[in-house]
Amino acid sequence: MRLVLRGNHAVAYAAKLSRVEVVAAYPITPQTEIVELLSNMVASGELNAKFINIESEHSAMAVCIGASATGARAFTATSSQGLALMHELLHWAANARLPVVMANVNRAMAPPWSIWTEQTDSLAQRDTGWLQVYCSNNQEVFDTIIQLFKVCERVSLPGMAILDAFLLSHTNECVEIPEQETVDKFLPPYNPKIKIDVDEPHAFGGVTKPDYYYEFRNKIQCAMEQAKKEIVEIGKEYGELFGRSYGLLEEFFTDDSEIILITAGSLASTAKQAVYQMRKDGKKVGLVRLRFFRPFPSEELRRILVNAKYAGVIDRNISFGNQGIIFTEVKSALFNICRGKDYPKLYGFIAGLGGRDVRIKDINWIVDYMLNNEPEEIIWVGLKR
Amino acid sequence: MGGVEKMKNIKFTIPEEEILSSGHYACQGCGAALAMRYALKALGRKTVMVIPAGCWSIIDGPFPYSALGVPLFHTAFETAASVATGIKAGFEIKGKKDINVVAWAGDGGTTDIGIQALSGAVERGEDIIYICYDNEAYMNTGVQRSSSTPYGARTTTTPKNAFKNTDKKNMVEIMAAHNIPYTATASISHPEDFIEKIRKAKEIRGPKYIHILAPCPVGWGFPPNLTVKIARLAVLTNMFPLYEVKDGVYKVYKPPSKKPVEEYLKLQARFKHLSEKEIEEIQKKVDINWKKLLKKEEMTNQQII
Repeated sequence: MRLVLRGNHAVAYAAKLSRVEVVAAYPITPQTEIVELLSNMVASGELNAKFINIESEHSAMAVCIGASATGARAFTATSSQGLALMHELLHWAANARLPVVMANVNRAMAPPWSIWTEQTDSLAQRDTGWLQVYCSNNQEVFDTIIQLFKVCERVSLPGMAILDAFLLSHTNECVEIPEQETVDKFLPPYNPKIKIDVDEPHAFGGVTKPDYYYEFRNKIQCAMEQAKKEIVEIGKEYGELFGRSYGLLEEFFTDDSEIILITAGSLASTAKQAVYQMRKDGKKVGLVRLRFFRPFPSEELRRILVNAKYAGVIDRNISFGNQGIIFTEVKSALFNICRGKDYPKLYGFIAGLGGRDVRIKDINWIVDYMLNNEPEEIIWVGLKR
Repeated sequence: MGGVEKMKNIKFTIPEEEILSSGHYACQGCGAALAMRYALKALGRKTVMVIPAGCWSIIDGPFPYSALGVPLFHTAFETAASVATGIKAGFEIKGKKDINVVAWAGDGGTTDIGIQALSGAVERGEDIIYICYDNEAYMNTGVQRSSSTPYGARTTTTPKNAFKNTDKKNMVEIMAAHNIPYTATASISHPEDFIEKIRKAKEIRGPKYIHILAPCPVGWGFPPNLTVKIARLAVLTNMFPLYEVKDGVYKVYKPPSKKPVEEYLKLQARFKHLSEKEIEEIQKKVDINWKKLLKKEEMTNQQII
């Protein structure tokens, strides 16, 4: 079935077809439509789940944690301030090894109040132990939620699917919605080995001294490493069933490119269009669209970037006092392999904060800049002076 | 009939089975440990305990040990009620409807940092039992004042020359004001009443709130053998009245003889600095609150419509 759906509704349809069992959510613009639609689906009986109208995002995540610990498939959605409020419990969900899945609609942090897109809200949750996927269109949003449940449940870690405020959340696009039976074939019910069970009482998360805690942390890192393999495998499997495959990142004209752009989210769609045009004009430009930020695809980036002459990261986010967050990560992935080499020259661009439009001409400007200037770690695109 | 035969005919008012095992990490004379022991006797093994940060995060014992005998989900300080909501929802969607999901939090986790999640959960009508073991300060971190610390008490953040000069937050009335099916206070000094109230809570669907006074020898400054005596004096002086509010109707336990608050206060180092005048102040407040409580009982037992 093909439907014209906004990103928010694509999320809700995907959650429904994933047969989520407990949904807890608190309203925040621009995420609200996700949970409105889910609450209607539950009310009409279309979705057999508990829908909990919670009093804050912090509690929404707490409900998901409790539900997931009983072996139920738990889901929530939030954005920006809401995600920041959840921060403590993002750690809790990951450290308790609970495969909660959520959608986060990227929105700039206040003040000043802004409801428009920016990635800083989710990137600031980098070290919480959550898988993070940045989507660039509504079909991908839909496909990602379903795959994320499978990946997360296999590695016992939570994951967030991320979509841009308004550019995806409120923009209508054609989305292919598969049959429930096909999704069921792909995504079996969640049935964890360890869960809260009165017939087998255990204490979960009790005080753990240094003699064990350290190993618990190591296991989370191992699970993240395993997730890299699962993401690729499950992405292929998804492709076989549904016709669209996914990986840790997407490559666009990277094979013979001298100049490679790296970006994530809907901004990558604009960049793709620009690259396509530049290719037509004979420029050897390519694009890496980062999907997963955690686990970070360092190996793939090394393979792709090692032979490029110029690499430019476009960050719709910033770590104040340093630079674009993805730029730092890309640079660190390349450090050992590029030491002592002249190439690639690495450029860090900041663009589109607070939902400022990033247009094809901005991408062209970025490429021109790289060809005509020495590398800089932080270059503001289109800043008003 | 021999002694053993006679024993068989004794009908115990408190269940014999011990679900909480010995060897836990509580201090000597811990009121909160005794509260848990009684609560589990009433709740039985089909129970899940959700425990946020507090003394009970430690009392249960370190990984991989647990003294509780039922599943225990440790959680963040402010999330007892919301995690309990999630656990209940998870069980219900799987068709497991006969499990008591109990949030078991201290006064800090209840009256301060956890009050938002608690208010939300009871307003939504979650079918959980929320039990606050109230030791009237942040005991686990070393006796800092909470909103449940009573007027006059010294703590490590309200020293004796700047003792807490505001009233204890009345969480029981706050819960009753949410119009939930069942709110009650209970004391480890009155175990039959305690167990009956928890049994009652088990049978009621919807949110239940039970507030237990849990004297703390370390934080309150009394010898550990006096825990039960102090808990009893709190009831007999009307400092901590035993009552319940079921479907809006109050039922108050009236102690056979009223004792002056001084008898309760003088046993505890945390009140040692109080002047006669201040003790008089406390007595006045306690008397007024008691009268109000009796009025509420009278009023809610009358036919309103």
